[in-house]
Amino acid sequence: MTRQRRPTRSLSIALVGKGGSGVITAGDILLAAAAKAGYYGIMTRAVGPQIRGGEAAALLRIGCEPLACLNDHFDILLGLDWLHAERFRDELPLEEDSLVISDTSDEEIPAELLAQGAALTSVNLSEIAEGIDGGRANMVALGLLASIAGIPADSVAAAIEDQLGEKGIGAIAASRACAEQGFALGTDIPFDVALEPAESGTRWRISGNQAAGLGALRGGVRFAAAYPITPATELLEWLAPRLHEAGGTLVQAEDELASINMAIGASYGGIPSLTATSGPGFSLMIEGIGLAVAAEVPVVVVNVMRGGPSTGIPTKSEQADLNAAVYGLHGDAPHLVLAANSVTDCAFTTQWAVHLAEATQSPAIVLTDQFLGQATMVADPIADLAFIAGRKLAENPSQGEYRRYAITADGISPVTLPGTAGGQYTADGLEHSARALPSSAAADHLAQSTKRAAKLTHFNYGAHWADIEGDSNLAVITWGSTTCAVREALTRLRAEGIELKLIAPRLLLPAQPERFTHAIADVDRIIVIEQNHGGQLYQLLRANYELPRDVQTFHRSGPVPLRPGEIAARLRSWRDA
Amino acid sequence: MSEPACKLKASDYKSANKPVWCPGCGDFHVLLSISKALAHLALPVEKVAVVSGIGCSSRIPAYLNSYGFHGVHGRALPLATGVKVARPDLTVICAGGDGDGFSIGGNHLLHACRRNVDMTYIVMDNEVYGMTKGQPSPTTDPDWDSKLAPGGPGISPFYPLVIALASGANFVARGFSGDVNGTTRLIVEAIEHPGFSFVQILSPCVTFRPDQKEWKNQVHPAPVTPTADAAQAARRVMTDDGFNIGVLYKGARAPYRQAVASERRNDTDFAKEFCV
Repeated sequence: MTRQRRPTRSLSIALVGKGGSGVITAGDILLAAAAKAGYYGIMTRAVGPQIRGGEAAALLRIGCEPLACLNDHFDILLGLDWLHAERFRDELPLEEDSLVISDTSDEEIPAELLAQGAALTSVNLSEIAEGIDGGRANMVALGLLASIAGIPADSVAAAIEDQLGEKGIGAIAASRACAEQGFALGTDIPFDVALEPAESGTRWRISGNQAAGLGALRGGVRFAAAYPITPATELLEWLAPRLHEAGGTLVQAEDELASINMAIGASYGGIPSLTATSGPGFSLMIEGIGLAVAAEVPVVVVNVMRGGPSTGIPTKSEQADLNAAVYGLHGDAPHLVLAANSVTDCAFTTQWAVHLAEATQSPAIVLTDQFLGQATMVADPIADLAFIAGRKLAENPSQGEYRRYAITADGISPVTLPGTAGGQYTADGLEHSARALPSSAAADHLAQSTKRAAKLTHFNYGAHWADIEGDSNLAVITWGSTTCAVREALTRLRAEGIELKLIAPRLLLPAQPERFTHAIADVDRIIVIEQNHGGQLYQLLRANYELPRDVQTFHRSGPVPLRPGEIAARLRSWRDA
Repeated sequence: MSEPACKLKASDYKSANKPVWCPGCGDFHVLLSISKALAHLALPVEKVAVVSGIGCSSRIPAYLNSYGFHGVHGRALPLATGVKVARPDLTVICAGGDGDGFSIGGNHLLHACRRNVDMTYIVMDNEVYGMTKGQPSPTTDPDWDSKLAPGGPGISPFYPLVIALASGANFVARGFSGDVNGTTRLIVEAIEHPGFSFVQILSPCVTFRPDQKEWKNQVHPAPVTPTADAAQAARRVMTDDGFNIGVLYKGARAPYRQAVASERRNDTDFAKEFCV
């Protein structure tokens, strides 16, 4: 029987199962198959804290145009089994039109999931898999879901070969056989929507952590120090072999105190350097970042934020380290804080951060988060915007004359690299004179403090400081990963005839009062949207900018993402208030 | 000791900056020994980087004419590791005191020994925190009285040389600051030896440990030749009187080397892997 399905521009699919059941693999291949067929998409994974076993979910959205965030609900939820699936209740919103597909071998669906009114159907996935030598239920599910979504069978077969190639011909053949049988079942599934055909084009499949790594390489980073921490580890693992291939080095450090100091040491040696971490590791690095401020050594620290405080929620997302990044350093310590506002923007923002750090001889903190870092996006290729590392070097320094921390008009003092004769100096975390000699004199402290602040405030950051879109006297200000959902909400509202202005600052420190004032010149009311409990961006804006009288906020803690639908609803009521 | 390549004087390596140290501090002699060692090796000043943390002895980079980095408390070794790995062409010396190296920075000592990056770590050990005016360190005796630990810390000091041996240091020596020529020889050997070289220099604090003025009468050359057997060296260090000076261990472990990539690629190549 052939069903006429209602066309849709995007379809959301969730797969759940116990760890080891292969839901993540099936999700990865489904996303790859969609990409081969010309679709865009995004996939995030949700896992319990267990290393093996426990529960896992692949959360996908596939569509005809670039998709930067998940949708408000899932159209299809497929369970290979339902062990502890209730723990994902908050992350698996369904609605009445949703379809839950269960394996006939395990129909004990948690009531919390079905309470949302979705329809239910059963398929004998594991029975089919058992009939195929080496077959697995996750691959049957893959074929079934591809068929429902309208992704061609040959794209699935090709994606299986790409993804499972290392496992050998037998595994590929078994998986393809499973997927084919699953695919054939798709037409019998009572589901009323299907994706519109895709337009072909070059697609990239990339995670935010990979994108940040790519941005670092493009920017010229050739040294990284690494201490593993969820959810930043993949960034470092991606860099490890590639830095070597690019002629650089990655050193695994004994802790984050070591990794930040190794990166500073390497950068002092003249090699653009980076480290990546998450909340707890970031806290440990703060003293080192202060050293980079005082000694004026460029270094990039990527903080892939997770739920906090303390150990918090290591595997899930939150935008709650903004205060730590901006205010965490002791002393007057001007530095750069940037935030990537999409999976693909992790590449540009990190690359730009390398450029800014090197140009201003300052540490740059790049904030991404678990959502951005660990989400895989099928997107258009990410252009290389040619921002590369370039440090202002002292020319022909002469012994006894060279002033490492010379007071200059733009605050940037030409630096020498070790090996340069006549340019010897001692970089210092102690306050110092222009000649780099330790000094506790008030005049030196004032002059150097002024210089360190001036080099950042005088720098011309250009238009990249923020993404500003739309024209309205009503402005939505957001940052980081929440920008993805806000953008989609604004697109939906635009379709209803509601035009709002988006301001998503990429550069959070130093403040850009002139640019901000210009951006809100015609704005009467502002709403600030972010994913943390305290309203950290709101407070930062309050502290740094002249704001209109009417400023509202919409913020809540993680780990459940703010979804476009709830943002749109909030913006409608805010607009009408 | 190898013959110097050309005539450079120790004074060529000293900067014009006046040390903050108290008159009679052992660190003056260590500064002299480092300068003499660099002169002996005829290393160009601009090809040497001296890296330190915080403490009296950690002020030493500014007193030398080489490149230097005076970092934060306890992190001299990672800072130096970054410099050396990024710039293998430089001669890297890490220097500091017992509080910086054995207490707040203790973990880094273990891993620097284990990592075996080709650099030299000089610890000026005076068994006290001098810059903060006299608190016990990990090498202080349990009954040494102080304001922070009245009646003494009550806990035993540890054996930094044994810890270095157990952690994989490739060269282990003990010197005494007052023995300038002997210490100079140790530093020359340490710099020349491949891998991570650890030199503990007993360097009296005349202000907070005036009892250490007696050290000059207590030290004596190690009555043995250096061994390549770490266990034997460790046993010796744990059973001697703590005043044996000389090279105690010379290992042959290969220094830290960066993984050599099988192929060289550029940024464009890295971008290609993301194409579907």
